[in-house]
Amino acid sequence: MRRTIEVALGTSGLDAQGQPLRAPLVAQGSAAVSLERAPVLAPEPELKGDHMLINIGPQHPATHGVLRLVLELDGETVVRCIPHIGYLHCGFEKIGEYRQYNQIIPWTDREDYLNSPGNNVAFALGAERLFGVGMTDRTKVLRVILMELSRIISHLVWLGTTSVDIGAFTPFLWLYQERENVYNLLEAWVGARLTTTATRVGGMAADIPDGWLDGLKAFVKNFPKTLEESVRMLETNAIWAGRTVGLGAMSAQEAVNAGLSGPMLRASGVAYDVRKDFPYLDYETYDFDVPVGTQGDVYDRFLVRVEEMRQSVRILEQAIRRLPDGPVNIDDPRLILPPKHKATSEMESMIHHFKLVMEGPRPPAGECYVAVESPKGEKGYYFVSDGTSKPVRWRIRPPSFVNLSAIPKMVEGHLLSDVIAINASIDIVMGEIDR
Amino acid sequence: MTAPVPTPQDAAVTPVVMAAVASDTNGAPITPVNVPRTGAPANPTAAVLASRFGAAVVRTEVVWGETTVFVTRDALHDVVQFLHDEPSERYDYLVDITAVEYRDGARPLEVVWHLRALGHRRFLRLKVELPKRGPLWVPSVIDIYSGADWLERECFDMFGIRFEGHPDLRRLLMWEQYKEGHPLRKDFPLRGRFSRAEQLKQALAADPEARYSMEELSIAEAFQSLPEDMKARLAERSAHGELEEGE
Repeated sequence: MRRTIEVALGTSGLDAQGQPLRAPLVAQGSAAVSLERAPVLAPEPELKGDHMLINIGPQHPATHGVLRLVLELDGETVVRCIPHIGYLHCGFEKIGEYRQYNQIIPWTDREDYLNSPGNNVAFALGAERLFGVGMTDRTKVLRVILMELSRIISHLVWLGTTSVDIGAFTPFLWLYQERENVYNLLEAWVGARLTTTATRVGGMAADIPDGWLDGLKAFVKNFPKTLEESVRMLETNAIWAGRTVGLGAMSAQEAVNAGLSGPMLRASGVAYDVRKDFPYLDYETYDFDVPVGTQGDVYDRFLVRVEEMRQSVRILEQAIRRLPDGPVNIDDPRLILPPKHKATSEMESMIHHFKLVMEGPRPPAGECYVAVESPKGEKGYYFVSDGTSKPVRWRIRPPSFVNLSAIPKMVEGHLLSDVIAINASIDIVMGEIDR
Repeated sequence: MTAPVPTPQDAAVTPVVMAAVASDTNGAPITPVNVPRTGAPANPTAAVLASRFGAAVVRTEVVWGETTVFVTRDALHDVVQFLHDEPSERYDYLVDITAVEYRDGARPLEVVWHLRALGHRRFLRLKVELPKRGPLWVPSVIDIYSGADWLERECFDMFGIRFEGHPDLRRLLMWEQYKEGHPLRKDFPLRGRFSRAEQLKQALAADPEARYSMEELSIAEAFQSLPEDMKARLAERSAHGELEEGE
């Protein structure tokens, strides 16, 4: 993928007049300027003092949630980093063992709350594998639309908050306006903005309302303009590049060994995307590219996420074109509730409705692990069923949990101020990490 | 009770596609369709493991197209090492480590490893069965996959399964002084072991400011530089929110 940073950072030092050298903000032409950050110099032996212990969080705006990092500093250099998590732990997996499958879907909204529709789809896919049922063609395309919309809003939040962390405020406002448009679309569809609960096992909560596609088309048409404007604010910005290039780099081998996934892994040069390698929802029939970075640093993660948003727009355009007519729910009375008007007028439908709600559908005994490409990486749901209406085990494989566990390796040796940028680049959501 | 949903096996048309390696004629991966509940072809790695490790491979199951290989606890580390290093297998990506406890009390606890071979596009599930009466430990694979660190710590925290060889096996999601046990075990009640009043009492007694572990303090030898009152609070047990018996 493209990695041309067309700015040069000023060298630290003074000019002939004794004034600090300024960073030239002009483009340097098409040749990429190498922006290798000078290696962090070890402190002079005579200056070496006691190490200092710094506690960041758990309540700190730059930790994106209730994350606590204990840092051991030598001067300003991080010698050691100990992350502490668990402040948001509320036992989602335990609660899931006491709920029927459709009753768990609202919990999936709340784990990775920036990606609620995507989690709903992932859960439905997993549960449908466990039940051994499929989905209708229309639902398949609607779910792709949901997945890509939620990828866009999640990356928008990431880009907005990270730019605030690093010192740019304007992109935050522009991007959140676009996010608002997506939330309006979601609200029009399922009635909720953040906690969507958009899917059911075997179908969707609702079909899209009339005229909804026009709103989506308008978004797909207008969003790239905002995106490119915001990216232009950052991509060749000397401050942005200076605070992201060369930071927190992970080699491809390290990243795979550490289990990183999503943009974190792809920035390191590994083209592993669940949509391509283990496809679901017929993703193999969509035409899109998987962006891959070269350095694995914070700047590459930024480039990868931006490119993913562009690719998501491409997928959305294709999905709009191919959306077929038809029902959204499969024709299976063991899973799908009867229509409300029948449940209130016919005895059989009422009994059917009652039994489905009170006892719940029962999958055959078995287990399955279904992974999707969430904005953070490989999100997997592992179900174990013993044939009753409630899972024996519902395991969430949280991508940002595994990504965050590599943070000591990424920050050690960098400066304290860079910890904020590196931590932001992981795109953590504590609701998903602590569950 | 409603009847279980029939599996696609009962239906007339079931083109058998293995979930882990579903691909078109050119070898490109595709979305698996109509995966049968049982009877899909097993991941070829299972046969390799069975021939190489013999009796250490207890049995192999294929459910919903996903292959599960049950191995003995003693062989687990060697099996994972082999899967990781062998060029023809190359399971270079550790997806997840977790455990399953069944509602049926007679069934053993299962520790589950999900592995992926990114190059071969394969997915494999390894399991070790731990009888509940026996010691709950399995070997750690952190020396093979660095990503196993938090996954093993979480599994220890939630199930009480020790991962022998993990250098820093502490609780992860629950706090270190948590005394109610391991929350995802089936004998752990949904509302917690203690009464709400007791839980609240413990939470209020916990002093977050004092919750630096001694390890963190020692790394910087910062303990001596702490204020006197904080040192005094750290020295006594109540600083960790632990209550005396009968308090």
